Amino acid sequence: MGARIRGGLTLDANKTRSTRLALRAATVPERLILPLDQHAGAPSRPIVQPGDAVLLGQPIAEPQGDISAWLHSPVSGTILSSPPPPAGEGQGGGDGGTAAPHPNLPPQAGEGARSIVIANDGRDARYAQSPVDYPSLSAADLRAHIARGGIVGLGGATFPTAAKLARSADVDGIHLLLNGAECEPWISCDDMLMRERAADVVFGARILKHATGATQCTIAIEDDVPQAEAALRSALRETNDIAISIQRDIYPAGGERQLILAITGREVPSDGLPADIGIVVQNVGTAAAAARWIRDGEPLISRIVTVTGAGVSEPANLEVRLGTPVASLIADCGGYVADVQQLIMGGSMMGQALTSDQLPVVKAMNCIIAATAADLQPRGAEMPCIRCGDCAQVCPATLLPQQLHWHAQAGDLANLERYGLMDCIECGCCDYVCPSQIPLTQRFREAKPALLATLRARRDATTARAHYEARGDRLQRIEQEQRTRLEEKRRHLAGRKS
Amino acid sequence: MVAALLITAAFAACLGLVLLWLPATQRREDILAERINELLPQTQCRRCTFDGCLPYATAIARGEAGIDQCPPGGDTTAAALATLLRRERRAVDPQYGVMPVYPAVAVIDETTCIGCTKCIQACPVDAIVGGSKFMHTVIAADCTGCELCIPPCPVDCIDMRPAPAGMQQFPPLMAAR
Repeated sequence: MGARIRGGLTLDANKTRSTRLALRAATVPERLILPLDQHAGAPSRPIVQPGDAVLLGQPIAEPQGDISAWLHSPVSGTILSSPPPPAGEGQGGGDGGTAAPHPNLPPQAGEGARSIVIANDGRDARYAQSPVDYPSLSAADLRAHIARGGIVGLGGATFPTAAKLARSADVDGIHLLLNGAECEPWISCDDMLMRERAADVVFGARILKHATGATQCTIAIEDDVPQAEAALRSALRETNDIAISIQRDIYPAGGERQLILAITGREVPSDGLPADIGIVVQNVGTAAAAARWIRDGEPLISRIVTVTGAGVSEPANLEVRLGTPVASLIADCGGYVADVQQLIMGGSMMGQALTSDQLPVVKAMNCIIAATAADLQPRGAEMPCIRCGDCAQVCPATLLPQQLHWHAQAGDLANLERYGLMDCIECGCCDYVCPSQIPLTQRFREAKPALLATLRARRDATTARAHYEARGDRLQRIEQEQRTRLEEKRRHLAGRKS
Repeated sequence: MVAALLITAAFAACLGLVLLWLPATQRREDILAERINELLPQTQCRRCTFDGCLPYATAIARGEAGIDQCPPGGDTTAAALATLLRRERRAVDPQYGVMPVYPAVAVIDETTCIGCTKCIQACPVDAIVGGSKFMHTVIAADCTGCELCIPPCPVDCIDMRPAPAGMQQFPPLMAAR
């Protein structure tokens, strides 16, 4: 049934460093910083004022628009600061064009104003939120409830879960895939979650199944996590509603489209969504977060973060309250040991460098790598493309990176579109194999906004044209009708006279 | 006899050719207008002095209008038109108006609106909803920023504001790690 994914790389996983110690809770700091744009879509809007007392799990910011998320206080305490609503806000759609460079990144220096800061009183007094008996809810009500829990996709894209589930609402016979294929090197938070909280994952899977009306559910894991597999199998004992599928450990097997291809043998159309072919993919961490929200009434206020790299003394996985500074996690793991060259959020392939260890943990942060010179792949000076074609061999989206690079350099949007730039998943495989050390992924990332703007303008023009033509037709029809009516009346009057 | 036949045949052939040629030019013009229309921004703002983008495209195709009359399309559209029509490139003539630097949409001050429906009738893309003596509002996503609703408003309650940013980023590309 499944097919092999195309391209991809076999990489040093570097995962065992962080899985030696058991999962434990991180120290909760005195002060927590919660950026309002921790998810894909429009930033949340604060609903608290500085000085307000808040309880653990209390909502502190509400969603704006369809693609947005709730934010909750991870501790009990006092609001120290909360940004005023942005100026020029009127139609309730976004915040006046102050687009963040990347929504998943914590605010860099200077953007800190767009965060809520909370002083922790250390009591962890909980906000009253009763558990929900989810089978008694309709799928739509359950999705609305999931939205209120601030649940977003914890695999890295942080797309609001309820919105993603809603896209499959009208599709029958959904196949729900739970993505536990943690293919990127260094990251082990999902492995640890499945080992220690397999019951949460399974419970969450059943919740998501109910919320999508799925008829089939598969948990996908890679072949290098035997303990997680054993834990899942024991949690699934005596039931047969959820299957486990073992995938070959190849990067990027955990990419949404790659995983779908590997498990079902079907390809998601370039301009479509998985729901179009009857599939919904959710991360295992998202399922576990949904389980805690539905079963315990605890919204998404914490996540598991892998703290690893040669620069940290005791690499481990920690359960961290959102808003905790990265420095505090490093201290929990024994502090820095060696000369740390770079702090990376995410894995070594798709991760992003952090500018400071004072940045807070956000919903998207699955891993922190304190990288030393030995961990970092040295990158030489960029040389001209020699057209070797290695990049095309490894591209899991079956694109031609060398052609894209060519057209990106020329700023040729028409050809970038033709060669499928928007299908690039930014996995970094082409960079990794390029003998000329060309930072291809970065080039593609930079070229995307311009192409996206063009595509959007074209879509808007098509809509405007359709509306204009429909209006023209309508006006013509109305005029025609009036003329006919007048004619009839005239004839009627003439008939009466004679 | 033969001469008469030949003359008649020649006459018929000429007539046939004329009949064939007439609709062909008509069709060619329509096809050209359609291709021009595809390059226009579909703002339907009438700054070009025609009643919308398609009428302007038709006028260009007939040679009755220049390619420098579309301010919302700007120099990009003018350049694309020049390429399509193999004409000399030229900038948009400022006499047809100047666009704001940012994309704008109309916003109705709903407390001032008296519900006269004049703006609804003026909107070329049906982006304003409301009924007689009921408050009107603009569907921001459908507004092209043409500004045609502003002059008819008797209470001057319509304003142009920066377009809402909406979804500010790509669709989620990858849930992988």
